[in-house]
Amino acid sequence: MATAKTLYDKIWDSHVIDVQDDGTALIFIDRHIIHEITSAQAFDGLREAKRTVRHPELHILVPDHNVPTANRDKEIENEESRLQIDVLKQNAIAFKLPYIELNDVRQGIVHVIGPEQGFTLPGLTLVCGDSHTATHGALGALAFGIGTSEVEHVLATQTLIQRPSKNMRITVDGALPRGLTPKDLILAIIAKIGTAGGTGCVIEYAGKAIEDMSIEGRMTVCNMTIEAGARAGLVAPDQKTFDYIKGRPMAPKGALWEQAVAFWKTLPSDAGARYDKEVTLAVSAIEPQVSWGTSPQDVLPILANVPNPADIADEAQRRSVERALHYMGLKAGQRLTDIHVNKVFIGSCTNSRIEDMRAAAAVAKGRKVASSVYAMVVPGSGLVKHQAEAEGLDRIFKEAGFDWREPGCSMCIAMNGDMLQPGERSASTSNRNFEGRQGPGGRTHLVSPAMAAAAAIDGHLTDVRKFL
Amino acid sequence: MQKFTRVDGVAAPMPMINIDTDRIIPARFLKTIKRTGLGKNLFNDIRYTPDGREIADFVLNKGPYRKAEIIVAGRNFGCGSSREHAPWALLDFGIRCVIAEDFADIFYNNSFKNGILLIKLPAAVVAKLMDDAEKGSNARLTVDLEKQEITRPNGETVKFDIDPFRKHCLLNGLDDIGLTLQKDAKIKGYEATASSQTPWLVPPH
Ligand code: SF4
Repeated sequence: MATAKTLYDKIWDSHVIDVQDDGTALIFIDRHIIHEITSAQAFDGLREAKRTVRHPELHILVPDHNVPTANRDKEIENEESRLQIDVLKQNAIAFKLPYIELNDVRQGIVHVIGPEQGFTLPGLTLVCGDSHTATHGALGALAFGIGTSEVEHVLATQTLIQRPSKNMRITVDGALPRGLTPKDLILAIIAKIGTAGGTGCVIEYAGKAIEDMSIEGRMTVCNMTIEAGARAGLVAPDQKTFDYIKGRPMAPKGALWEQAVAFWKTLPSDAGARYDKEVTLAVSAIEPQVSWGTSPQDVLPILANVPNPADIADEAQRRSVERALHYMGLKAGQRLTDIHVNKVFIGSCTNSRIEDMRAAAAVAKGRKVASSVYAMVVPGSGLVKHQAEAEGLDRIFKEAGFDWREPGCSMCIAMNGDMLQPGERSASTSNRNFEGRQGPGGRTHLVSPAMAAAAAIDGHLTDVRKFL
Repeated sequence: MQKFTRVDGVAAPMPMINIDTDRIIPARFLKTIKRTGLGKNLFNDIRYTPDGREIADFVLNKGPYRKAEIIVAGRNFGCGSSREHAPWALLDFGIRCVIAEDFADIFYNNSFKNGILLIKLPAAVVAKLMDDAEKGSNARLTVDLEKQEITRPNGETVKFDIDPFRKHCLLNGLDDIGLTLQKDAKIKGYEATASSQTPWLVPPH
């Protein structure tokens, strides 16, 4: 019998073109998504070297990071943003690459539109010049973020030079308790294994909680895998995956569909496959999670208190906690539920899909945003926005006092003008709470969409379970 | 790509752990369509006050460190986003080498592709080099890639490991794309097989 392989091994092995003596491999890249921030220099590189794009049909270009989330009918005010978006379009035209316009209903965040369009499929390799490319692993694709030199490399050769990663499996047993979302689960996982817990690995998520989870939820989990230092996240494709993909614009059709599904069914890890690292988590004990510091591992259950540096023995750790508390403007040991917020952001590739909109709307319904809070909802794509409007979610949000915006990355990365002012504090459904991530001096608390909506209503971090 | 053979320069100590790419170059400086010019905003938010004055305490604002070519850093340097602007900003400032216990994956890849040498060393060795770096202009480090050796100010040498392929590319300033295109026949072979076995994925070339 051949040796038992993991899902990752199978995808990796089937994409290797060549291996050097030292183990460095050349692998084929099936799909590539390109946005305006990390691509201009790559296209310049192609031009300088007089190179062409090897497979134009295997790429999609879409603006998302820098796009305004209001007044889309007007010209973009910020000159640098406008230039970046123009350059993206010019490059799409010059190299004859598929391009989604800013005002196209399909426009949205790279990691929302890939799965939505059926561009992301099980068993393929997919890359994008953005670290949260791990999101696409929810469909059983090997998906990871790359830098601009690699964007250029993929354009020119449809390949990448890579070294194999280690296999890590995180098994999540049990069913998610009431009020708990995939976001709480992944925050709890990162708190447990740390921001370097997955370094050098591809993490496969398994267990009942993952099997029971929707594809959208699996995307939230895979999305933040990068915050645990891993290269990519993966979930084995199953019937839910096939149902999600079927009929999407770029998914295979007819006989090809049958052939593809038969192939996808061979992808899950073989029984007895070996993992370099294993972690098991019982989900029943998890409470709604919230980050208190400036690293995504600085996470605690909502009913806990902010850590006290005096309790930490390791000096580097203690100093890092002291620094985080200082930056965040928090007192050692204070209750998390006593932390007031100025802004609430519901959006980003972590939590801007239809399920996230529904979860936040369920909390917002019939309630009002606190007068001290500005709250915004930014759907992940034009199609998510449409769907939400068809379900009447936009009205629920607006009646509650939330601002309902156009799709894009928005305040996740604060490049488009949606941002925190120095000292302002947000409850945010995005993925990074680094210093200055949402604006210089801004303070970010990472939470689930339901927890964000609850914080908007109470005006401070709060336990959403009382609203359910 | 710029070659890397040997650097003899001032090393700046940055003992913080988890220095992320947002800290190396905050997102609002990514609106450029060029690779150059980012050095002035390297570590912007810990280097300048909000109104643009230098923060005297910050290492790269102090005398000899203004010309630092090496950084000795705390664990997990370069975590966070995949932006290649982080190595571009380091390079534009003049940094050619970073030494730490470990680095984040994507940043590690990106740095080598831009001619920056990243050296991983055990905690105890990094601590010694950190002490050296604290001594400012009195303490230059020499990093010799060919010999895989760092010479400390006291003359002691420290060996480091590096993947032979990365070393070869860095020493010769080789461009990955050129190397890959030499394997065109193999890529074509792969495409032919893939387009017959998984035709929904790879169209014939
Ligand atoms: S939403 Fe945030 S994390 Fe996601 S792609 Fe955009 S900037 Fe990156």
